[in-house]
Amino acid sequence: MENLVMETPERTVMERMEKGTAPPPEAETPAACTFEVKNLSIWYGEKRAIDNVTLDVASNAVTAIIGPSGCGKSTFLRALNRMHELTPRTRMEGTVLLHGEDLYSNTIDPAIVRRRVGMIFQKSNPFPTMTIGENVVIGLRLNGVRNQRFLNERLEKSLRMAALWDEVKDDLHKPGTSLSGGQQQRLCIARALAVEPEVVLMDEPCSALDPIATAKIEELIYELKSKYTIVTVTHNMQQAGRISDYTAFMYLGRLIEFGPTTKLFTNPTEKQTEDYITGRFG
Amino acid sequence: MAVAASIIGKERSVQARMASPSRFADKAFEWLTLAMALAVVVLIILIGWQLWIGSSVAIRKFGFHFLVTSTWDPVAEKFGALPFIYGTLVSSLIALLIAVPLGIATAAYLTELAPLWIRQPLTSLIEMLAAIPSVILGLWGIFVMIPWLRDYPFPWLKRFFGWTPFFSGPIYGPCMFAGGIIIAVMILPIITSVSREILRSVPDLQREAAYGLGATRWEATRIAVLSYAKKGLFGAVILGLGRALGETMAVTMVIGNTPQIAASLFKPGYTLASVLANEFTEATTDMYLQALFEIGLVLFGITILVNLLAQLLLRTIATTSATRAVQ
Amino acid sequence: MKPRRSGNHTWRKIKSALASAIAFISAVLVIAPLGLVFFHLVVNGASSLNWDFLTKLPAPVGAVGGGMVNAIVGSLELLALAGAIGIPVGVLGGVYLAEYGSARINSILRFLADVLNGVPSITWGVVVYGLVVLRFKGFSAYAGGLALGLIMIPLILRTTEEVILLVPNGYREAALALGVSRWKTIVHIVMKTASKGIITGILIALARVGGETAPLLFTAFGNRFWNHSLSQPIAALPLQIFTYAISPYDDWHRQAWAGALVLVTGVFCVNVLVRILTRGRTASVV
Repeated sequence: MENLVMETPERTVMERMEKGTAPPPEAETPAACTFEVKNLSIWYGEKRAIDNVTLDVASNAVTAIIGPSGCGKSTFLRALNRMHELTPRTRMEGTVLLHGEDLYSNTIDPAIVRRRVGMIFQKSNPFPTMTIGENVVIGLRLNGVRNQRFLNERLEKSLRMAALWDEVKDDLHKPGTSLSGGQQQRLCIARALAVEPEVVLMDEPCSALDPIATAKIEELIYELKSKYTIVTVTHNMQQAGRISDYTAFMYLGRLIEFGPTTKLFTNPTEKQTEDYITGRFG
Repeated sequence: MAVAASIIGKERSVQARMASPSRFADKAFEWLTLAMALAVVVLIILIGWQLWIGSSVAIRKFGFHFLVTSTWDPVAEKFGALPFIYGTLVSSLIALLIAVPLGIATAAYLTELAPLWIRQPLTSLIEMLAAIPSVILGLWGIFVMIPWLRDYPFPWLKRFFGWTPFFSGPIYGPCMFAGGIIIAVMILPIITSVSREILRSVPDLQREAAYGLGATRWEATRIAVLSYAKKGLFGAVILGLGRALGETMAVTMVIGNTPQIAASLFKPGYTLASVLANEFTEATTDMYLQALFEIGLVLFGITILVNLLAQLLLRTIATTSATRAVQ
Repeated sequence: MKPRRSGNHTWRKIKSALASAIAFISAVLVIAPLGLVFFHLVVNGASSLNWDFLTKLPAPVGAVGGGMVNAIVGSLELLALAGAIGIPVGVLGGVYLAEYGSARINSILRFLADVLNGVPSITWGVVVYGLVVLRFKGFSAYAGGLALGLIMIPLILRTTEEVILLVPNGYREAALALGVSRWKTIVHIVMKTASKGIITGILIALARVGGETAPLLFTAFGNRFWNHSLSQPIAALPLQIFTYAISPYDDWHRQAWAGALVLVTGVFCVNVLVRILTRGRTASVV
């Protein structure tokens, strides 16, 4: 399994680049593009949740997916790290490439996909039986990392990146559930960052939080994009406008419009998009 | 691309440290748990198979007569299970006659009529009753219940109902009636707790409708709750019957253990489970053992049928809490 | 019209009160045996319970004195054997139902488990007698432990399934999204989260089979001495209580009460423990 992963295209390209023998990268993939989604369709049983979506996700940027509830935005997000497969009786068509590599190829394990593409959920979910510290490093630990020094290193680094270190550094042994809602969500972000993913998916990460905690998470998202590609689903259009560089509007499983956030919000091409962002439906 | 590559380049230190996931381990764990879950299937088959194998010679020899003849004479190798079947059915019937009204009334009290503060403690007490081991109830039956029954209620019953065949004849102490009473005590907790869960699962809308029409508390209970839950309560009763039929230790200790069919409930009886408990280790000949295995098969057959019926009745109610109460 | 109506109403009120009273009396009658059994256990058992009883082997037949230490230890050994069989099978089987099984398979397995829970415990004794005692030509602790262990399987399976289903899906997803494999997610996250409930189910099952006599009559068989090998017959507390209760000796009756007090105390300690554990569980999981 490991070998197969190591020999995936972009890794070999990368290795060659390190040795200084790689061809110019522009020739292989479009510049600064993390995901290439082509003709993606997903069915839950008979119900088609995603209908022929094609979209490129830019690297080191925040891409927001908006749309009325039930439009398939969560399903689309979950398809980016194969989480939708956890729902029984799902079927998909099309391709999702991560740095040019097919996420749905037979030779790639979904667990590997999820290590590279982390996820934050709507409801913060630190593991209730674990301390704050254990919560952060559990991903590494369960994935076979034993070196305690390395784990401690990652613990501090991840918490710092999630802007939580200063608040909890003296309470690492306390249960993760003892934190406030916003802190819990940042703990979950630290937990996801600890395995050092390339992408962080966020499924309405602030919808259960108060405005102050929301502001903190939004600020964090802005900081994280220098290092990660972020895709977030939100039902809050103001939020999408504040934090995202690109916005995709989905409706009834279809991608209606996709473009730079400023353009989509100020000068949408599609009538449906305009109706939605001006609050005429949804 | 340069940016992306640099990110990946840095990550390798973290991601490369992680062990590659093993599809084999995942599959192996799933198969392991499946194998364990299938134990319930294996066990049912195993019981049936072992009882069948153990009694095959007796089944061939006695055939259907085993169930309808009443001679049980191990020395002469004559085996008829009728007295045991009779004893099992009669003692269980007595138990149901006592436990069903008490159990359902208690369940109604706990869910509908009792003051709120008393409900939880009472429920806990009933759960504690369920936790008393059968052998301890039997011990209490021998040394406390039977002497008391013999001195007070039995003579009284005989005085007033002695003219019926059921309460005639001498009073020994250990007897069918005592067996029925002790089984009633054993099955009361399960009937009560399952009935309670059934009544709790009656939607509040039912009650509100009845109260809205000006019903008193009892009328609401009777019309809106009890009649609505009829089927589930029947399931609870059948479940209690299943337990009653298989109850062993306490009955063995108080029923008198005499294989006879007598109308009087003051006479000793014997049940399928009791004869197994008493005679299994004494079975000196192969045929004796075979006959006892066949008794076991009959008992298993009856209880399985009764339990299937109970589960089907309760399943349609489909409250997980009701099945939880079963345990 | 009006007076008649109110009269009717009064009568209905009376009827309602009467029904409540009858239901109350029923509840008292249901609880009564519990109180009586406890009362007599304490009265008869406490006076016979002494240091000898807890530390000495049974006296020779007919002699006065002696104790049940071998039966108490025997019961614990049997429970350990039963647990070794019943816990892994029951817990992992419950995991399958909660985590993997399709709705259809699950409903069948659940149904069978509930039916198994209704199988008379004496039947298990007969079956294990045929499977083990006849085959290996002798009563043994192994046979007794197996009989009790098999009874535990459906009990633990059902409780484990239930408490695992209570674990919110968010925890599973969170772990899987970290790239943790399914089985590690189940073992380290889901089962760990549900561990209190699982342990509660195990304790309930142990308390239940710890009081069982019928399955041991012709498997463990009983032993008046120490058991030196698990392939030999072994004493068990409920078995010893039964033997002494139906014996003709007064001193044995006395000891049966003492044994019963010890057994009930054990069973109820476990039940109290369960209550403490479940209180924590509902707070943390739901």
